Amino acid sequence: MQLFRPGANTIAMLVIAAIGATPVLAVGLSYQLMRSPYATDQNVTRNQPVPFSHEHHVSGLGLDCRYCHTSVEKARFAGMPPTETCMTCHSQIWTNARMLAPVRESLAKGQPIAWTRVHRLPDYVYFDHSVHVAKGVGCTTCHGEVGQMRLMRQAAPLTMQWCLDCHRNPAPHLRPTEAVFDPNWHAPKDQAEAGARLAATYHIHTDHLTDCTICHR
Amino acid sequence: MSQVLVPQQPPAHRWISAERADDVAITQAIADPLFTGFGKRWWLALLATLPFVLWLLVAIVWLFYRGIGIWGINSTIVWGVAIANYVWWIGIGNAGTLISAMLLLTRQRWRASINRFAEAMTLFAVAIAGLMPIIHLGRPIYAYWLAPYPNTMALWPQWRSALVWDFWAIVSYLLFSILFWYVSLIPDLATLRDRAPRRGAQLVYGAFALGWRGSAREWSRLQTLHSTMAALGVPLVCSVHSIVGLDFAASLMPGWQESIFPPYFVVGAMYSGFAMVVVLAAGIRWGLGLQAIITPRHFDAMARILLMASIVMFYSYATEWFMGWYGGEHADRAVVRFEFTGTYAPLYWALLTCNCLVPQLLWWPFARRSLPVLILVAIAINIGMWLERILIVWNTLSHDYMPSLWRSFHFTFWDWSFLIAPLGFFAFLFLLFMRLIPSVSMFDMRELAHEEAAA
Repeated sequence: MQLFRPGANTIAMLVIAAIGATPVLAVGLSYQLMRSPYATDQNVTRNQPVPFSHEHHVSGLGLDCRYCHTSVEKARFAGMPPTETCMTCHSQIWTNARMLAPVRESLAKGQPIAWTRVHRLPDYVYFDHSVHVAKGVGCTTCHGEVGQMRLMRQAAPLTMQWCLDCHRNPAPHLRPTEAVFDPNWHAPKDQAEAGARLAATYHIHTDHLTDCTICHR
Repeated sequence: MSQVLVPQQPPAHRWISAERADDVAITQAIADPLFTGFGKRWWLALLATLPFVLWLLVAIVWLFYRGIGIWGINSTIVWGVAIANYVWWIGIGNAGTLISAMLLLTRQRWRASINRFAEAMTLFAVAIAGLMPIIHLGRPIYAYWLAPYPNTMALWPQWRSALVWDFWAIVSYLLFSILFWYVSLIPDLATLRDRAPRRGAQLVYGAFALGWRGSAREWSRLQTLHSTMAALGVPLVCSVHSIVGLDFAASLMPGWQESIFPPYFVVGAMYSGFAMVVVLAAGIRWGLGLQAIITPRHFDAMARILLMASIVMFYSYATEWFMGWYGGEHADRAVVRFEFTGTYAPLYWALLTCNCLVPQLLWWPFARRSLPVLILVAIAINIGMWLERILIVWNTLSHDYMPSLWRSFHFTFWDWSFLIAPLGFFAFLFLLFMRLIPSVSMFDMRELAHEEAAA
């Protein structure tokens, strides 16, 4: 008596292979999903109430980062400029531009512009701009080529792995103090030695830089 | 089925008590009831276990909803019934593979009658045991954090944590038990495929039999695979409960930090596991009418193992007391004193009675041959072993270094739920197993019958 047709052998093989392969593939797929821009929001450009262009203001006009983000050297938060900062120029130029109507309205009503946040860290992560700036980590190291961005986008994945890559080995990313705010800085040829030298100058000790409590307080 | 194999009094052979035990008779005795059903008794038994299954589900849902505060645990006694249950169930789960693997390798032929259902017992017990640490987690949805999965945090589990070792021990033991059980099941599944009267049953058994035809080459490969797996299984049986022991011993707590814990846990596991096998064997023998296949000799052999294990357990307890005193550490001595005279002293004396005193009955042959006595002793051992596990947790946590933190554990309704309901759930799974799969290995029994006839 024949219960199964010859094809059943192939099906049995496939089922056995699938029992082994499915968990591996499922874990692999979830990992790829977790690290993809779909989950990390990397390279997502956000709409803003006023289409503020970093490209124009940074590369075109040569404004320093600190002109608007005033607390970046002193505080955890880099600081978002009050409407008055915009008005230092725009009370004189482009005073009737339609594009800038929300800025004028904000000043008239005394209500800050509600910018859409681009870089969002979870609540359980403690991040301090000032210490990174003080230790020679430049703005564009994490925020990307801001001078080329018309609207702001998140250049880095902001995953814990990405943080740890630098906390484990910061030397390739370190700049001399005067280059921290240079939007066009590129690592020199001797970055290997220069980075190590800078790490020593800044007193960066990697042995405690990956302790849990450095970021999770 | 007992019309086919008639048990003889006294047994006709050592391990098979039927006079005439040819291959067909054995196969019929074991396989036929699977197709005709077990009648009303089986349904009643299944119905009796259902409330427990439901109770367990309700308890788990309530636990997930309210958190582990519904138990009697507190900020000092952070472990409770779930952990004791975990250790106890893993212990029960040890005997199945022990019987199959160790007795196979040492060529103890009598294992043929009991290995199948002992292995099933292992599977269910380990599955229930694996549930316990997960429901003990405050946030069970994060149980997968124990596994080293690729992630965007560049993090591995903490390899220095005994809990991670535990995860590996349980997972590998469970996977191994399933495979080992399934490999030895294949020829029997093929038998069922060939004997099944209905097409549905033929297809299901046939699919799981993986096209087994019983050729000489297939038998030879099966035996090679089976004994290779058995050789792998023995170290696994030892490692799984050693690592459970390390959960305690790798800490710095008085009464836990003892190098004897791993071997002492392994023996304890085999002890309670064998006691459970005795109870289940008696039940299956009565329920399926297998008096001809599971003989008084089997119970005698298991009783001897129980007696031996009880002596080793007593030696382990005595070593604990001695080392507590001999080490001279104040906290260690205080914990030993607390065991005998403290809050849980009555339970501790009950433990010693159940585990060390009662099994001494088995020195007498009449106790080893008398089923009621043996069953009572086995149940006492299982109670004693559970008390041992809960007292290991309670005594140390209730009485550690800081007197201002000394607390007692008080049972809540939900502690009782998680103690009792899993027993019913286990019975439920076991009844389903008995109904669907031959509880005794048919091909092993046929081989045993040939050897018995030749002897």
